[in-house]
Amino acid sequence: MHADQLLNNTMVSWMEAEKGPVSDIVVSSRIRLARNLSRFPFPHLLTSENGRECLKQIKEAWEKSENGELATLELITLDELNPLQRQILVEKHLISPLHAASSDDYRGVLVNGDGSLAIMINEEDHIRIQCLLPGLQVGECYSKAQAVDDELEKNLNFAFDETRGYLTSCPTNVGTGMRASVMLHLPAVAISGLANRIFQNISQFGMTVRGLYGEGSEVIGNFFQLSNQVTLGQSEEDIVTHLTSVATQIVEQERVMRTRLESEMKYQLEDRVGRAFGILTNARIITSSEAIALLSDLRLGVDIGMISGIKTSALNELVVGMSPAHLQQKAGQEMDGYNRDLVRAQVIQETLRGEDDTGELTTDEQ
Amino acid sequence: MYCDECKKQPASVHLTQMFNGQTTESHYCQECAAKKGAVIFNMDTTFSIPNILASFFGQNVQGLPAPTVGRTCDNCGMSFNDIRQSGKLGCSECYSAFDEELEPSLRGMHGNSQHIGKVPARGGEKVILKKKIETMKARLQQAVAEEDYEKAAQIRDAIKDMEKTLG
Repeated sequence: MHADQLLNNTMVSWMEAEKGPVSDIVVSSRIRLARNLSRFPFPHLLTSENGRECLKQIKEAWEKSENGELATLELITLDELNPLQRQILVEKHLISPLHAASSDDYRGVLVNGDGSLAIMINEEDHIRIQCLLPGLQVGECYSKAQAVDDELEKNLNFAFDETRGYLTSCPTNVGTGMRASVMLHLPAVAISGLANRIFQNISQFGMTVRGLYGEGSEVIGNFFQLSNQVTLGQSEEDIVTHLTSVATQIVEQERVMRTRLESEMKYQLEDRVGRAFGILTNARIITSSEAIALLSDLRLGVDIGMISGIKTSALNELVVGMSPAHLQQKAGQEMDGYNRDLVRAQVIQETLRGEDDTGELTTDEQ
Repeated sequence: MYCDECKKQPASVHLTQMFNGQTTESHYCQECAAKKGAVIFNMDTTFSIPNILASFFGQNVQGLPAPTVGRTCDNCGMSFNDIRQSGKLGCSECYSAFDEELEPSLRGMHGNSQHIGKVPARGGEKVILKKKIETMKARLQQAVAEEDYEKAAQIRDAIKDMEKTLG
């Protein structure tokens, strides 16, 4: 069962940094396609009756699919999950916070075992296909999502207009219905105070920057989500190409700044990474925001080879594993803020210290 | 080259914007760029979808008709006022029901209002068929004008068949 696997294990596909290119800076790539059924009220106006009819049609289209990725998915409706379990899927970026707020039996998610493919049903649109992979792989995500879209379309009447393209509940998504994004970890750019200057310019290319959890979320731990803003009047291929090239340029900036930090501010950098390692491996009580900021410093240390024995994938897993719902699922009980901070510190220590004595600080002494 | 805005200082900031395949270039001095920048660049930091949407829909663009009050979508019953308030359309048919009202909003959001991306194989058939019907209608008019009524009747029947397929 995919559901059990996704709820009980932390690791999903996008966290496997070693399997994705440029994953020292690009955490993950994502493509989301919004599709709607012709003439059905959009999800915000659905009654449970026509909502169920909507789900039924989508379910039939999925069941009819014999080959391809679509056939490997499993359906979970939101009434099957408790609020904590839904929050676990949010923390893994498999469903949106909006979706998790509902427990309706006509809303749900079709998902595969490693979480690389997830289709939200009756969220803001009737169908939202998401492909999420580690590292810089926007093109790969696009191909996978398109294949699923083609497969679904064989049995569903999608709302489409020759002038406006794919019709969506919110006009900001109309046209391609596609949002392409990359999650970037940019500590050196942030330390150098360059972040604002870089991001101010990208709006001219029809792109925008958001925080770790997408729309409306703040930037924490130097994680920036870069995505296209324009969906009408640009082809899918153009959006993928533009996003990839802008991301590549930002990655270059980050590399330049990392090299400069290493050569010009060597000891300050070592101090910062060393302190992060020290606090993370010794703290007994730690809040989520403190931990994520320190993990960002530690990750930089791992990326530039200052710290050995810790994998980037383990850090990806830790960021999600120390989130509130994952902590409570692991503990098997609900916990208040104080107890979560206690268990969080413990989980971090276990990961970073490990059994095989991993996590060595390798600074050369002079 | 002098600043486009104040026309006094030399231009040192050059802005290229591409929308709808058209490139516009602007040149500003540092001071005017800073003022402009507040308008152009703040977009992505203060981009809150409902707020921006409300302001887009609230726009009264000169030369365009004001939104018709009271008219609703035949399919879902939403009025343009409902859409303006929620920032969301009611169903796929709202797009054609409020086509005129939506046009300026879409341009404001995307800089474009014409889709050029993927066409679904299913919807695609319809698009092709629709275009064929249009050509046939033109031929029908021509036949009528030429008083070739036999031919006109044939074309008329063919159009009827195609329209049936279109549903």
